[in-house]
Formats: sequence, C-alpha cells, structure tokens
Amino acid sequence: MDVLVDNLDLYLSAFGQTILLFLVAAVGSLVLGTVLAALRVSPVPILRSFGSAYVTVFRNTPLTLVLFFFAFAYPRLELVDLSFFARASVGLILYTAAFVCEVVRSGINTVPVGQAEASRALGFGFGQTLTQVVLPQAVRSVVPPLTSVQIALLKNTTIASGFSVFQAGGIYAVLSEQGDNVFIGLLWVSLGFLILVAPLTLLQRRLENRWSVAR
Amino acid sequence: MTATLYDVPGPRARATNRILAIVGTLLIVGILGFVVLRFAESGLFTYEQWDWITYELIQISLLNALLATLRAFAVGAVLALLFGAVFAAARLSDHAWVRAPAAAIVEFFRAVPLLILIFIAFYGLRIDLFWSVVIGLTLYNGSVLAEVFRAGVNAVPKGQSEAAYALGMRKTQVMVTVLLPQALRSMLPTVISQLVVLLKDTALGFIIGYQELLFQARQIGSQIQLDAPIIPVAIVIAAIYIGLCLVLSALANYAERRSRRRVASPAESEKRALDEVTRTGG
Repeated sequence: MDVLVDNLDLYLSAFGQTILLFLVAAVGSLVLGTVLAALRVSPVPILRSFGSAYVTVFRNTPLTLVLFFFAFAYPRLELVDLSFFARASVGLILYTAAFVCEVVRSGINTVPVGQAEASRALGFGFGQTLTQVVLPQAVRSVVPPLTSVQIALLKNTTIASGFSVFQAGGIYAVLSEQGDNVFIGLLWVSLGFLILVAPLTLLQRRLENRWSVAR
Repeated sequence: MTATLYDVPGPRARATNRILAIVGTLLIVGILGFVVLRFAESGLFTYEQWDWITYELIQISLLNALLATLRAFAVGAVLALLFGAVFAAARLSDHAWVRAPAAAIVEFFRAVPLLILIFIAFYGLRIDLFWSVVIGLTLYNGSVLAEVFRAGVNAVPKGQSEAAYALGMRKTQVMVTVLLPQALRSMLPTVISQLVVLLKDTALGFIIGYQELLFQARQIGSQIQLDAPIIPVAIVIAAIYIGLCLVLSALANYAERRSRRRVASPAESEKRALDEVTRTGG
C-alpha cells in the first residue's frame, strides 16, 4: 500500500497518459480501420488489393517493431518533427487499424445479402449502400470483437514505454530509481489495468444489449 | 458475400470505377512514392546502407537472434498450450472450488498487459531474461488458449455428451474420447492464430533486453562504422517477421480447410447441397 500512497501522483499522471494515448489511438484506429474495410469491399480492384496488402503487412508485424520503426527510423526520414507521444500514437493507430478493418469486414459479411440488394433496388449507389444500410447494421454485430480489439489496444499502449513515452508501463522505472519495491508497484499497475478494462467490458455489454439486431 | 454490395457494373459505373481506380492508384503511388523519395534522400539506396548484409559476423548474429526469437516462441508455445489445457479443464470442472480460482487466474492474466507480466517477472521477481519472456508469454497466451479450449468444448453439440453418458461412459471418457476429438478439430485454426500472436509478442523481449531479432536490429542499426543502417535493418527484420507469421497463418488456413472438409456431417452436407441447388436455381 505504501508504494501506491507514496507515489499516487506518479500513478495518476502515468495512467492519465495511458488513457490519453488509448483515446487518441482508439478514435484514430476506428476511423482508419473502417475506411480500410470500405476499401476492401469496394468495387475497384486496385483499392481492394491495397486494403488487403495493408492488412497482411500490419497484422503480421509485431507492434514492437512498428513502434521501433517510428521511434528510431522515422527521425532519419526528416519529415515532420513529431514528439515520441505522437509517433507512438501513429504506430498504434496504423497497427490497430488492420485489426479493426478485419473485424468490420467480417461484420459486413454478416449483413444479409437482401439488405444490400434492397438498397440497390431503391437506387442507392455503392457509397450510399455501404454507409446508410450495411455499415450501421454491421457495426452492431461486431461490438464484442471490436471491444476486444480496443481492450488489446489499451494493453498495447504499455509497449510505448520501450520507446520513451511516459505512461503506466513506465512506472516501474521511476520506482526502481527511488528504490521502492518494484514488484508491489507493478502489482498496483496490474490492478490499474483491471480497473480500466472493466468499464470497457461493461460498455460492450450495454451496447450489445441496446444495439443487438433481431434476425 | 461482399460482391453483392454492388451490381455488375454498367457503362456509367464502369466509367466511375475507372476514374476511382486511377485516382486511388495515383493517391497510393503518390504516398508510397513520397515515402520512397524520403527514404532515398535519407540515403537508403546507397551501397553504404546495405553493406552490412555482406558481413559474415552480422549474418551470424542475425541468425542467432532469429534462433533466440524462435526458442522463446517454441518454449512459450508448448508451455502456453499446456497451461491452456490445464486451466480449460479446471474451468470445465464440476467442482466449484476448482472452477472459481481457475476462472479468476485466467481472467486476471487476460486483463493485465503482457508487457507488465514480463516486467513483473524480470524487474519484480528477478527471473532471468529468457524465462521472464517465456513466463509472460505462457501466462498471457495460455489464458487466452484456455478460453479457446473451453469455448471449443462447449461448442460441441450437447447431444454428443448426453449420448456418451447414456452409453455409460465416465466424465473423463466423455471428455477424452467424445468431446475433445471434435472440439480440437474446430478450434485448431483459432489456436494457430493465437500462436501467431505469441510469435509476434516475442518481440516484447526487446524492451527488457532479451537478445532477439529487434534487439540485434537496434545493435546493428546504431553502429556508426556501418553507416547506422537502422531503416534497412528494420525493413529486413520486418520481412523476417512477416514471413514467419505468414507461414504459420498458411498452416492455420490449411487446418481450417481440412477441418471443414472432414467435419461436415450428413445433415450439413445435405444442407450445403440444397444451398447449391437454390443458388443455381435463383
């Protein structure tokens, strides 16, 4: 208990950074992932193959390597000078978007064919069919797997501590510098993550109940 | 499936699609071209940046790093499968005093980030590097696998176990001779894709200093006398990881195809035949 009470400021600010990183990456990955899913079902072959190439590359690369690239290799490209936090966000977004894309795409496949056919019969184009008929239904059916992806993202934010981003994963370093008991300190970090994951699971249940489509 | 989102394109749709294809290609080529150009300007395509690949010493150290990655993966995979099997069995137990602690342990290790588990092992309990990584991988992936196994066993139709009990089989017999053979087949693809996750997660060892591929990449990439080729090294390492994961994923796809072929019961194949007829008829 002492470790937590003595370092309450440290814990709060570290978990605050974790939550911030998570929120930025969650919103970014949901947007990018949905766009990628739209590309993967689009009528234009070149966009489809771009989408699947993207997913193949990012799903099969360790996140640590993605963040490694943005931390150490990106500065050599001399593009925009970004902070470590921003670079970690970009890495997390690019990586997680591949998983979001796969989930959304599988959701699109669960929407009955008749829905798309009916909207085409009403004269909707591809964009309208997708955004107004298919996606709204698809999103509902993928709430559970989408939440799992986002929970994984929340836990993955700790990996950024290997690349100079201060967040919950980096608490141990400060504690060991101060000579505190690192083991106990890390158990408190674990508890922090249990507390953060719980509301996401609750949110999932609520959305699932509210949005579930009777088929 | 997805093809039904749009009709067979008519002349106007073809024209729009062609324009979209051209714009999309230009956009993608533009972005990739820009990245390649920046790469070129950073000297990626010069001989000095790729020179390191020809040194035998570096080749050997990369090979050793690859072996270190594969060793952590192999040990972690075996232990995680064992952990998963034991805890799945415990969670399926009829005794609440076995079920409840197993459930708590599995849920805990699933909710805590893998990196924190590795930190606890390495910085907290001061276990050596290799085993810290392996223990982390085992606890996390083992817990996920336990849930996969449990779900697989639960997904076997209830009639199967009821019939087996009716034949006078005991609990263990029902599990081993009836439920598991059927469950294993259906969950094999999921298990293999979890192993892909485990393989990718070995890269976390880099953060605590386990000398695997990424660690070696950092070493080579920061050597000034080699012209600090961090970008080429990162590209090579990425190719190695993607190759390894694709091989494993191909295995998963193969397993899925095989299981689908074998598992079809008479009723299912009849239904499939019926689908076939209605599809060609409609």
